Order: sequence, then C-alpha cells, then structure tokens
Amino acid sequence: MKRRSLSVPWRQRVALPPSGSPPSCLPLEPSCSAAWSPGAPVETQHEEQPRPLGSNQCLRPDSCFTSLEERYGPDIAGAAFVLKQGGAVKFQDQEWIRPNKHGRFSLKFLKFQNVPVEAVDASGCAINYHGLRSLLPLKELRSLWLRHCPHVDDWCLSRLHPLAGSLQELSLAGCPHISERGLACLHHLQSLCWLDISDLPAVSNPGLTRILVEEMLPSCQVLGADWTQGLRLGPEQQPRDTASPSPA
Amino acid sequence: MLRGVLQLGLGRGLLTRGLGSRGGGSTVDWDEKVSEVKKKIKSMLPGEICDPLYDTSHLPPEQSDVVIVGGGVVGLSVAFWLKKLEKRRGAIRVLVVERDHTYAQASTGLSVGGIRQQFSLPENVQLSLFSINFLRNINEYLAVVDAPPLDLQFNPSGYLLLASEKSASTLENNVKVQRQEGAKICLMSPEQLRNKFPWINTEGVALASYGMEDEGWFDPWSLLQGLRRKVQSMGVLFCQGEVTRFVSSSSRMETTSGEEIIMKRIREVHVKMDNSLEYQPVECAIVINAAGAWSGKIAELAGVGKGPPGTLQGTKLPVEPRKRYVYLWHCPQGPGLETPFVADTNGVYFRREGLGNNYLGGRSPTEEEEPDPSNLEVDHDFFQEKVWPQLAQRVPAFENLKVRSSWAGYYDYNTFDQNGVVGPHPLVVNMYFATGFSGHGLQHAPAVGRAVAEMVLEGHFQTIDMSPFLFSRFHLGEKVLEQNIF
Repeated sequence: MKRRSLSVPWRQRVALPPSGSPPSCLPLEPSCSAAWSPGAPVETQHEEQPRPLGSNQCLRPDSCFTSLEERYGPDIAGAAFVLKQGGAVKFQDQEWIRPNKHGRFSLKFLKFQNVPVEAVDASGCAINYHGLRSLLPLKELRSLWLRHCPHVDDWCLSRLHPLAGSLQELSLAGCPHISERGLACLHHLQSLCWLDISDLPAVSNPGLTRILVEEMLPSCQVLGADWTQGLRLGPEQQPRDTASPSPA
Repeated sequence: MLRGVLQLGLGRGLLTRGLGSRGGGSTVDWDEKVSEVKKKIKSMLPGEICDPLYDTSHLPPEQSDVVIVGGGVVGLSVAFWLKKLEKRRGAIRVLVVERDHTYAQASTGLSVGGIRQQFSLPENVQLSLFSINFLRNINEYLAVVDAPPLDLQFNPSGYLLLASEKSASTLENNVKVQRQEGAKICLMSPEQLRNKFPWINTEGVALASYGMEDEGWFDPWSLLQGLRRKVQSMGVLFCQGEVTRFVSSSSRMETTSGEEIIMKRIREVHVKMDNSLEYQPVECAIVINAAGAWSGKIAELAGVGKGPPGTLQGTKLPVEPRKRYVYLWHCPQGPGLETPFVADTNGVYFRREGLGNNYLGGRSPTEEEEPDPSNLEVDHDFFQEKVWPQLAQRVPAFENLKVRSSWAGYYDYNTFDQNGVVGPHPLVVNMYFATGFSGHGLQHAPAVGRAVAEMVLEGHFQTIDMSPFLFSRFHLGEKVLEQNIF
C-alpha cells in the first residue's frame, strides 16, 4: 500500500478508500481534517498483524465527540476521547489500549460494537470539567483513575454522580485542585469499594478528611493520608529532650 | 489696634516656634514638607487635578456616565458587566458609590452563601444557571494580571428541599419547571431519603427534591473581593460616600389617553463624604439603584412614589430591610460530610460549615414575628423557641448542640412578591433598579448584573428575559410570586 507523506495537502489525503483496503477498516466522513495522524500499531499483543491504516482513516479532535457518539455509540466515543487525551482505556474482556509515546494508537477499538468500557486511566491527562462529559455515558465503567490530573477540581467531582451505578474504583491521588469540599460529593457513588485520596495538597486537614470520608462511604476502602497525621504526640511518646524539662 | 494685636501674635509666634527650628530643623517634619511639595509639583503637571485651594482627591469626579448607588455584590456585578460589554475600551465612565467600605451591614458579607436552581419561576432558574456558570469559570471572568486566582471555596453539596403532604404537588411542579430549564434535580420519597441520609427523621415529609449538581454554597466575601479587584482594574471609580440628593429635570408629557404625566431625568447625584458636610455633585447620565436594603430610601430621594396613591407616580418601590438571624452551632454527633443544604417544610434551614461538625442555620420569621430592622442585634430567644425545636425534630442528633456564634443581616425584602426589581423606572427614566431580591440576591448577582448592563447598553434584555421583573408590575398589580423563599 502506498504510504502518503505529510507534505501532501490535507485535501489530497482525504480520498476514497483504495481498492485494496481490508474490510475491517471503516471509512469515516471525507470532510474530516487530518489533524490526527492515524495511529501506528500499539505495542500490545495481537493475534493478527496490525495493519497500517488508509489515508482516509482519521479521527477529528474531540469537538466531534457527538458525531462519533451518534455513529459508534457512547462507549467507543468516550474511549476515543480518552485515547486522544493521552489516557488508556480497557474494554470488557479486552486488553488495555494505550497510545504510544508519539500519541498514536490503534483504531481497532472502533470494531468493538456493544462492548462496554470497563476501565479508564486518564492519569496525567488534561481532562477538565467539560471533558468529563464524554465519560458520563459509560454506564458500565468500573474503574476510573484520575491521578495527577492538573485540571480536575471540586466541580469535576460533582459531575461524577451519573457513574454511581457501576463505579467501584476511583483514584484521585495527586490532583492539585481537589479539596475536601469536592470529596463531600462522592457520597453519590454508592457502589464504590476502593477510593484513593492520597497526596491531595489542597485538602486542609488530610487525616480528618479521611476519617469523614470513611464515615460517609462505609463500604468503601479509603486509601489516603494516615489518620494520625496532624495529631500531636502524647506525653509518653514525646522524644526525650534533655534541654526542656519533662512534664510533671 | 488690630495691627498691634497681629504684631503681638506674630511676634509671639516667632519666639515660641522655638530655638531648635532655627538651628537645625529637628522639630520641623521634613518628610511631611517634602511630600507636600511633591504633591504641589505633581498637581502642576498636565492631566492632574489642579485645585490650588485644597486637596480634592478624596472626592468623586464631577462627571460620570453611570453612577451605581451601592457597592455590594449586585452593584459590582453591574459595574463589571458594563465595562465588559461596552463597545470600545474606556467608552463609559462608571462610578460606584458605597457608603461603608468595611461592608459592616451589607447583605453580601453576612450572607450564608448558598446557590441553588430550585426555584419555582423559570426566570429564577435561568438566573441561577447563568450565575453558577459564572462562578465555575470565575478565574476566566475575573482574572487580573499578576494577581493570584480566586478560590470561592465552593461546596457542591446540593440543596435538599423537604415538602409536607400539602406542598408535595407544588414541589413536583417546581421540579418539572427546573428540569425543563436544564437543572439536575431529583425527587426522593421518604424511604429513599432515609436510605441516603439516615440522620433525617422523615416524619411529616411527603416528598423531597435534591439538587445533584451545580448547587451548594460558597464564600461571598471572596466573590466580592474578586469583583472589586477586577472592576478596579477595568477602570471603574470608587467613592466612599452617601447619596443624599438627586437633582433632576422634569418635563410634562401627555399619554395617548390625554393624561398628563411628569417624566423626570436625574441630572446630578449629590454624594456626601463620610463624617463631614462636604458633598460633590456628580453629573451623570444613568443611575443604578443597587443599594440593597436601603433601595427604598434611594428611590424616594429620586421622587419615585411621590404622587397620589394608586397612580404610577404614587407607586413606591416596595423594598424594605428585613432582619434575618444566622446561628452557628456545634453538634458532635451531627450529620457528616455528605450533608446538603437542608430546607425544611416550615422554613428552617441549615448547612454544614467546615470539617469540625459545625453547622449554620436559621429560619425566616413569620410576618408577626418580624424583628425590628433598625439594628443588627441578635435575638437568642428566637433560636431557643423557634429554630432549635424544629431542628431537633427533623435531625434528632441536633438535640445536643451548642451555639457558638450568631449574627444578623438584612434581606432587601420586596414586600410585593419577594422577587427582584430589574430595569428602568417608567417615569424617572434614567434610574435603573437592581434590588429587592429578598434573600437570593447573591446567587443571582452575576446574571442580574449582565441583564442590567444589557438594558443600559442595548435597551433590551438579551441573555435572559427579565421583563417580568420590571417596575411597572407594581402599578399593574402583576405579582411574580416566588414560592421557594427561605
């Protein structure tokens, strides 16, 4: 198959599928701009040889989430969004799909009709309040990792309540803008059984917050700050200091 | 003889000025003298206020296109949107006149800070939705170069409104209206309520509505400071003074039915300085009445309501100050982190404050119990008799609580229909109102500011249609009643 160079103007790249294209590649609308380059094969194990994709196989940036959703359904659209952001996605009974270091990923998940997304790892991605809209229709999402996301804040947490039916694992470790006020609205997520709230610099009292979150979600295992953090040592545990007088 | 006295006085002065001053200037304040001389030189430069008689820098300017009476959150929001929507940078000079820069009695700082979409009027729901969008993107709207970003400390915990058997159908209708406008509210039965919030006693509750998103409470003081900072950076002038007089010109006009009415136009606003009789007449084109609880007085000064009762001239602005108490208590076994802003069937409300099991709450008194609004003293018996029993009945854990502190603030209460007055007066043609919100002014301030700015600049409402809130409804008797007021 002829490989196209990037110096070719985009209008020429958006052409009809060459006759030798395999039937598994699905042609998309010809009007889309080639802002993304079609993904090089991902370094995961496949049974079949990963095929280089034709020139018309490109996905528009996330502003066309709605058209992807209409065409392929919410799961595939959400997965495309996450992958474009640089995150990883796991469909049910499938392997993790991650972009490689150049940001490219295989488009074979477009074939996964009616397979729900069960895990999303958007750690380190620039996902924000508006971007979370793509994750909310994932009705069977079990695990969501938002570690070290710079734009995830209390407003974003208040948006997670549609995932209450399925979400079991949530990790918010290291997000700089999450405070205890946003954690208060996690009580909607009644199916949650594992929550990671460690290393949240904006939380004013990490030990006390962890206790309150554990009380709020009784059936959930909460990983977070040590609850003794912020407590003063008792007199018998004070380090022996010959300079100061010991209490009577 | 006079000359003799003068000479004696001068002579004594020369002698008493002291031997030290002649020698080396140790009693003369050189710093003050140097700064005075610097001021004089600066005032000679072009562009500076040149008033050789005395310093006028504390006075407002002699002319301003728009004068906003009241520097609370509504007034500052109007100033912000006027500057943001003006067609050319620097096109409009805006002056904000605020009587008390410490905001000691202003409703903004004393507010509980809640924001909700659970209103019965669709316009109120739209106002809240606009305002919550504004608050979510506050650092894009109110960014000032080199200043730290604002943190409003928003708690997205939602509002929980409880309804008895009688009001259950009204609540259901309201939720339908709210959902149509795009708010995310869900209805809960008493059993679902018990499952979700085990600390509630659902006796007497037939239905509850719970806001899932975009509702909660925030810090009104940081919003006020953020607006102030931004508005100052946009070039709005501030003045600490009190409006004591409007000078207006009137013209006689005839209506289509042959009736004669007098249309007035405010030409000057007299701003009196604090603790002095000095005042500055400010020539203006437009006056915005955002004086909150004191809007009624400002409107009277402008001549609103001076006429035979029953006519448009005789229709006063029905906004008066009403005192409301807020109590802060500690309850060690109280509801946890998930507590929303709970508003009970009888008007008692409370919300969590901070992480330490502290709660804020209160209740709107009935008409007979209305306290005297002449001061902001707190009535502690009101809590003991009218608030605590209801709290303890709804949340049994509140039987053991200890009041930590309390304060009182004013509602700019609209006695007609408890909703805001927005837009121009039909007769005093250049006075625009932005007041009368009866307890939900803070949460609607960003949207109302935009509406008034659009009315001033374009002549009609663009983003949200606030025509039901015009002044003329008081004369026509068309009430736009808001049911969810507490």
